[in-house]
Amino acid sequence: MSVIVTLAQTTLTEAVRNRLLWLAVAIVMVALGLAQFLNQVAITESREIQTALLAALLRVAAVFIAATFVITSVVREFNDKVTELALSLPVPRAAYFLGKFAGCALVAAALAVLFALPLALFAQPAGLAAWAGSLFCELLIVTSMSLFCVLSLAQVPSAFAAVAGFYLLSRSMTAMQTIAGAALTEPSFLGRIVNRIVDLIALLLPALDRMTDTAWLLESAPGAGALGALLGQTVIYLVLIGAAALFDLYRKNF
Amino acid sequence: MADRPLSHVPRLVIALLALGLAAQVALRATSAPPRAAAADLPSAPSTAILRLASFGDPIALAKVLMLHLQAFDYQSGSHVPYRDLDYSRLQDWLSRILALDPRGQYPLLVASRLYAEVPVEAKQRSMLEFVYREFFVDPDRRWPWLAHAAAVAKHSLHDLPLARRYAAAIQNLATAPDVPLWARQMEIFILEDMNELETARIMIGGYLQSGRVNDAAELKFLDQRLKELEARLAARTKEKE
Repeated sequence: MSVIVTLAQTTLTEAVRNRLLWLAVAIVMVALGLAQFLNQVAITESREIQTALLAALLRVAAVFIAATFVITSVVREFNDKVTELALSLPVPRAAYFLGKFAGCALVAAALAVLFALPLALFAQPAGLAAWAGSLFCELLIVTSMSLFCVLSLAQVPSAFAAVAGFYLLSRSMTAMQTIAGAALTEPSFLGRIVNRIVDLIALLLPALDRMTDTAWLLESAPGAGALGALLGQTVIYLVLIGAAALFDLYRKNF
Repeated sequence: MADRPLSHVPRLVIALLALGLAAQVALRATSAPPRAAAADLPSAPSTAILRLASFGDPIALAKVLMLHLQAFDYQSGSHVPYRDLDYSRLQDWLSRILALDPRGQYPLLVASRLYAEVPVEAKQRSMLEFVYREFFVDPDRRWPWLAHAAAVAKHSLHDLPLARRYAAAIQNLATAPDVPLWARQMEIFILEDMNELETARIMIGGYLQSGRVNDAAELKFLDQRLKELEARLAARTKEKE
C-alpha cells in the first residue's frame, strides 16, 4: 500500500513541477476571454453561447492535458529507467499501475475542479456540480486509457494518436450509429457489414457522449438515474481498461 | 524482446478483464439503439458559429451535418418519416448547410424529394417555397429541385398556379446549355395532361440525360423513388377497381 501512495505522491509532484496547474489556469483565462468576446458579438442568448462554448473548450482542454500528462510521464519514466527500478522492488506490478493511476486520478480531480470554476459565473450550481463530477469520470476513463496505451505502445506519438482516436470515436459513436440507421436506400451487402462493424465497435466503447453534457449547465441537472448510469459506465470501463493494462504489464519484458 | 508467458498474469487480472468486458458489452447491448427523434432537432446555430466550428473546412462540416440531419425522425420501415419535424428549424438547418457549401446539391435534393413529400400540406408548401427561394441563388445548378417542386405542386397539392410559378422561374432563369428542353419549356410541360408517374419518368430521365448524375447512390435513390411511385399508383388503381 505504501508503494502505491508513494507512486501517487511522486506523480502528483511531477504534475506540480511540470507547471500543469499554471497551464490549466492559463487555459481558463483564455477561455474566459473568448467567452467575453462572444458575449460582445451575440445579440441574444449570450449567456447560453458563453456557457456552451466555454464548457466545450474546457472539457476538450482537460482531456488533452490529462492524456498528455499521463503519456509523457510514463514515457519519461521508461527513458529514465524509473519503471525498471520500480518493478525491481519486491512489490507486484499491479502496485506500480495502481500507484500511477492514483496519482493521475488526483491530477484529474484537480483539473475537473479548476475547469468547473469559471462556469460558476454562468451556470446553476446543481447542474455545474453534475458537470464537474461527470468531467472527473470522463478524465478517469481517459487517464486509464492513456495508461493502457502508453504501457502497450511505449511511444508518445502512437499512444497519443490511439487515445485521441478512442476519445473522438467514443464521443461521436452515437451520431455515427444514428446516421448509419437512417440510410435512405436499402444498404448493400458491404454497407450492412460496415454497419455491423460500427455496432460491434460501439459495444466496446464507453458512452462518452452522455457524459459532461452542456445541457446540464443550461437547463437542469440530470436525474439520479442518469448520474447512476454515468457512474456505472465509469466503474465498468475502469475495470475493463485497468485489467487490460495490467494484463499487458504482467506480460511485458523490461 | 518476447513477451512473458501467460502464466505470469495473475488469475485475478484475467478474471477482471473477462468480467469488465462482459459488463461493458452487456451495458451497451441493453441500452436502447440511438435514434434521433423529431423533438431532438435543435435550433440551427448561426452560419458564423458553424464556420467557427468547422475549423476552416466548411464543406466537410456541411456534408456531416447533412447526413446527421436526415437521420432526424427517420425510422427504417416507417411509412411517414419526417412528418413530426419542426419545418421551420429544418429549413434553418438546410439554409445553413447551403451557406457552408453553396455548390452542394444534397440539401435541395432532400428538401424537394423527401421533406416536400410528407402528407401534411402546410409543411409541403413551406418546403416547396424554401426550394423556390434557394433556386434564385444558382438557377443553372438548382433547377432540377424546383422542377420537382413544380411536379409536387401539380400532382400532390393540385395547385396549378403554384406549379406554373415555379415552371416560369425555371424557364426564365435556368439558361445553361445542359438544361434539357422540357425544363426550358417547363410551363408547357406542367400544363400537359400527364399523370404523376409519366411526369416523374420524364423528369428523372431528363435529369439523368443531362449528365449531372454520376453518383451510384443517387441513381439508386432515384430508381427507388420511381419504383415506390409505381407501386403507390398501382395500389391506388387496384383500390379504385
